Amino acid sequence: MIKAKNLTKVFDKNIVLDQISTTIHQGEVVTIIGPSGSGKSTFLRCLNLLEDSTEGQIYIKEKEITKLKTNKLEIRKNIGMVFQHFHLFPHMTVLDNVSYAPQKVKGVEKREAEAVARKLLAKVGLTDKENTYPNRLSGGQKQRVAIARALAMEPEIMLFDEPTSALDPEMVKEVLDVMKDLAKTGMTMVIVTHEMNFAKEVGDRVLFLDNGKLVEEAVPSVFFDKPTTDRAKVFLEKVL
Amino acid sequence: MNLDFSQIVPYIPFILEGIWATLKFVSVSIVIGFILGTVLSLCKITNIPVLKWVADAYTSIFRGTPLILQLMIIYYAVPQLTGYNISAFLSAVLAFGLNSAAYISEIIRGGILAIDKGQTEAAEALGVPYKPMMLNIILPQAFKNILPAMMNEFITLTKESALVSTIGYLDIMRRAQIAGADLYRNFEALLFAGLIYWVMVYILTLLGRLMERRLRQSD
Repeated sequence: MIKAKNLTKVFDKNIVLDQISTTIHQGEVVTIIGPSGSGKSTFLRCLNLLEDSTEGQIYIKEKEITKLKTNKLEIRKNIGMVFQHFHLFPHMTVLDNVSYAPQKVKGVEKREAEAVARKLLAKVGLTDKENTYPNRLSGGQKQRVAIARALAMEPEIMLFDEPTSALDPEMVKEVLDVMKDLAKTGMTMVIVTHEMNFAKEVGDRVLFLDNGKLVEEAVPSVFFDKPTTDRAKVFLEKVL
Repeated sequence: MNLDFSQIVPYIPFILEGIWATLKFVSVSIVIGFILGTVLSLCKITNIPVLKWVADAYTSIFRGTPLILQLMIIYYAVPQLTGYNISAFLSAVLAFGLNSAAYISEIIRGGILAIDKGQTEAAEALGVPYKPMMLNIILPQAFKNILPAMMNEFITLTKESALVSTIGYLDIMRRAQIAGADLYRNFEALLFAGLIYWVMVYILTLLGRLMERRLRQSD
């Protein structure tokens, strides 16, 4: 589904991503963990071209998207993204937030887009909030709206950039639960996270990044119990 | 003190007619300034160097020279160059519209830059093209934030509009001057004109507050 080949990103002589190669299969839930500044978010943002890579290629469904003439908007239609700080549109109601993009990007009729939006809001448990503005929501609710907003475009891939890092501890679970449900539907998910338990429980595979390099890549049971690299061992000792 | 307001009473309808003349060209100027200012502000934040340069040069020229000079150039110099006999109204609208576009573009540019970059990214990640992103997501938020600065600009424009009396446009100011000259008494007529300007600005201020309250609905 997603294939990165020698993906490299240099920013002002800083090597942010260093020759990362990996393949993510359809329906797979891949978590990316590592210390801050390791390039996790940059890698994720390269996948939907929010960030331009310097070298290397990314293929989505066998098609290279890192070519210059790639229509970025066309690629992004198919890849949903959820941000750490939600980035909901503050001047729109919850329903408008979720139903806006399908109307503007895909030309879906308003009534239909709203019907889809209501279904998604029900799925994330926010049916009663459709006419509320984002400022009135808690962090956990905002993030669930953000997930619904991304899903409204019916993407085949969902990217999550530290979706629970900006939340109060008691709201983390409600967001993770929504993500778990989503994983069960067979969605291809790439998740940058600090939630080790979530990575263990829901993830099919863990990518461990450090200093821009993909240091280790394994199924969670192996990675968390018997990491092979010293760097991963040190990291896990500190966080677990 | 030698004040006698009874003498200007016959001139009151004449001066009041100036309100319509002033409002007419101020509102057209605001519309021109607003639309052109928005376009200029978008040029300033693009990655296309030519557009940026043009918009910056435009702002530099119109902000860097006196408004009355611009007005004079349009009214007196344009006919000399082109032979087209430009009307006082058109000159006024052009001078004020073009001039305020320069100021408004800076206000809007600041408003856009103050919007969290995440808003653009969220729209981009959803595949929303540039135009709807600007029209539906970035500009509405920017306008809300810059409304006070914008009202300030409109108020300034309304008051500065008195400058057009210098090219013979029959606005409030010009009419007050004519009344004063007729009566050999300037104080009463000018005071009356001042009162009209003040009331107009006051109404504008109230409208601004009303709009602000409506836009703050989502807070």
